[in-house]
Amino acid sequence: MSDFTPEDRPNALRRAWDSDLAYSFRTSPVALVSGVVATLIILGAVLAPLIAPHNPFDPATLNLMDGFTPPMEPNAFTGNVYWLGTDNQGRDVFSTILYGARTSLFVGFAAVLFAMTLGITLGLIAGFRGGWLDGLLMRVADVQLTFPSILLALLIFGVARGFIPAAYREAMAIWVLIVAIGLSDWVQYARVVRGATMVEKNKEYVQAARVIGAHPVKILVRHILPNVMGPVLVIATIGLALAIIAEATLSFLGVGLPPTQPSLGTLIRIGQGFLFSGEWWILAFPSAALLALALSVNLLGDWLRDALNPRLR
Amino acid sequence: MTAFILRRLVQSVLVMLVVALISFALFRFVGDPVASLMGQEATAADRDALRARLGLDQPFWMQFIDYIGRVLRGDFGISYRLQQPVAELILQRLPATLELALVSGIAAFVLGVALGVYTALNRRGWLSNAIMTVSLIGVSLPTFLIGVLLIWVFAVELQWLPSFGRGEVVQIGGWRTGFLTESGRVALILPAITLGLYQLTLIMRLVRAEMLEVLRTDYIKFARARGLSNRAIHFGHALKNTLVPVITITGLQLGSIIAFAIITETVFQWPGVGAFFINAVRFVDVPVMAAYLMLIALIFVVINLIVDLLYYVVDPRLRVDRGAARH
Repeated sequence: MSDFTPEDRPNALRRAWDSDLAYSFRTSPVALVSGVVATLIILGAVLAPLIAPHNPFDPATLNLMDGFTPPMEPNAFTGNVYWLGTDNQGRDVFSTILYGARTSLFVGFAAVLFAMTLGITLGLIAGFRGGWLDGLLMRVADVQLTFPSILLALLIFGVARGFIPAAYREAMAIWVLIVAIGLSDWVQYARVVRGATMVEKNKEYVQAARVIGAHPVKILVRHILPNVMGPVLVIATIGLALAIIAEATLSFLGVGLPPTQPSLGTLIRIGQGFLFSGEWWILAFPSAALLALALSVNLLGDWLRDALNPRLR
Repeated sequence: MTAFILRRLVQSVLVMLVVALISFALFRFVGDPVASLMGQEATAADRDALRARLGLDQPFWMQFIDYIGRVLRGDFGISYRLQQPVAELILQRLPATLELALVSGIAAFVLGVALGVYTALNRRGWLSNAIMTVSLIGVSLPTFLIGVLLIWVFAVELQWLPSFGRGEVVQIGGWRTGFLTESGRVALILPAITLGLYQLTLIMRLVRAEMLEVLRTDYIKFARARGLSNRAIHFGHALKNTLVPVITITGLQLGSIIAFAIITETVFQWPGVGAFFINAVRFVDVPVMAAYLMLIALIFVVINLIVDLLYYVVDPRLRVDRGAARH
């Protein structure tokens, strides 16, 4: 490649498009469809205040006469038409789903971020230092892994709720929930990062960094961390689907978010109450949204795992 | 062997102690037990007397040891909400949970093994493909959504099965069973499917993968060369060898079934321990939460201990490896 000059160097966008990962994404129908579905839901959730036909939490925009409007049919009293119908208070189901997905995704992303930060930090330290700290962390991880994570999230949430004064319980619920879900899932990250760190720390580039006297923290963050991030991303994607499901489950059980901050799980809980009186749409559409979100993120995670692991190809 | 068992025992006791410490801290620091037990008219002297009687004037560690002593005697305190002994309340609700867990566990194991063997033997059949696709959806659906959808289809639209409760129950000694009445058995169907579906798909996929692996081995080829019937090869040789990991995983999943019973019981208003716990969390009924925490931890610790010991009994290689490593 003697005729390769710096001017020929493609820009970052071009290089990203040509990368193995992007190629694998473009040629996998499952990844493409899941990617589109997940992106649509995330965009809808982020832009909810702009694109939702109503703000379901602003009483001024609600009309009780609109209550129980079936999907795509004009209301008997007001003649208004709603794509996905309305609930008992006349809230547009489509809008509540957008706002609900917003809450679900916020809790999901925040919980994953928390679990990831905690797991990576502890995993790096355990793998790099070894010794009693490593032994202790891995024993804790062993024990924690024997419990299903959704049960742990529920138990941590219940215990934490007990410790918070009654006056703050509603307001703190979302943060307690994030911490509970995050704490139930950090082990995965810690284990993978610890294992990778133990391999990486004996490689030459780390030894070289040590020889020139780099601070251990700098070696961990600047040199080892970027090399262990691949598997972490896979776990984080699947973890996002799990966190969304965990949050929905807890909110459905009535021990998650308060009704003033409804997530998709809360909406399904509300919808279940109207099933017996025939208003199926209040339940069906939030359930479909949750399923589409969880399934697409899950499939994306599966694809990412296969794409980043050349041995599986 | 003895050292291994001892180490596992010590670890289990440690886990239980940590859980007990959390339960006790919950008990001790959430709210004021004296205030919740006494009325507003109580005088300061009365409060101090009660505090001394309950041992709350003792140092933290003394109280903790006291607490462990009481727990070992089966005394978990009195529910704030229902004003009855927690141990009694839990014992009343335990049969409902155990019956549900038992039925869905057995159904998941039997159906899971049967479907796993079928899909492994007919890899390319359309029915196998259909089963595998449905199982993928079964794994992705959250448990509570499965329950809600089943209620929608079978209780609301078709009206074949009841959507909540346990039906009529028969009291036999301290055990309240739903097995003996028609309505009790019918009421069990939907919750059992909801609870067992995830385990079923898990066991099915595991059996399928193990079967496919075993069917490729030399001793299966040799059995075929000997002219044994397909039936003898598939069930006598192949299935037998897949069952060790399957039984282990199923054993470990027992704990999960009891954990997921929380969700199923709440969806179907099943009067078991799980729904009771959810209500305790909702109303911050601390003694119930603490007792449930201990109970669930005990179940998991015991199951894991048994499975670990079974490994030793079942797989002699483990024993040799450990023994060799010590020298």
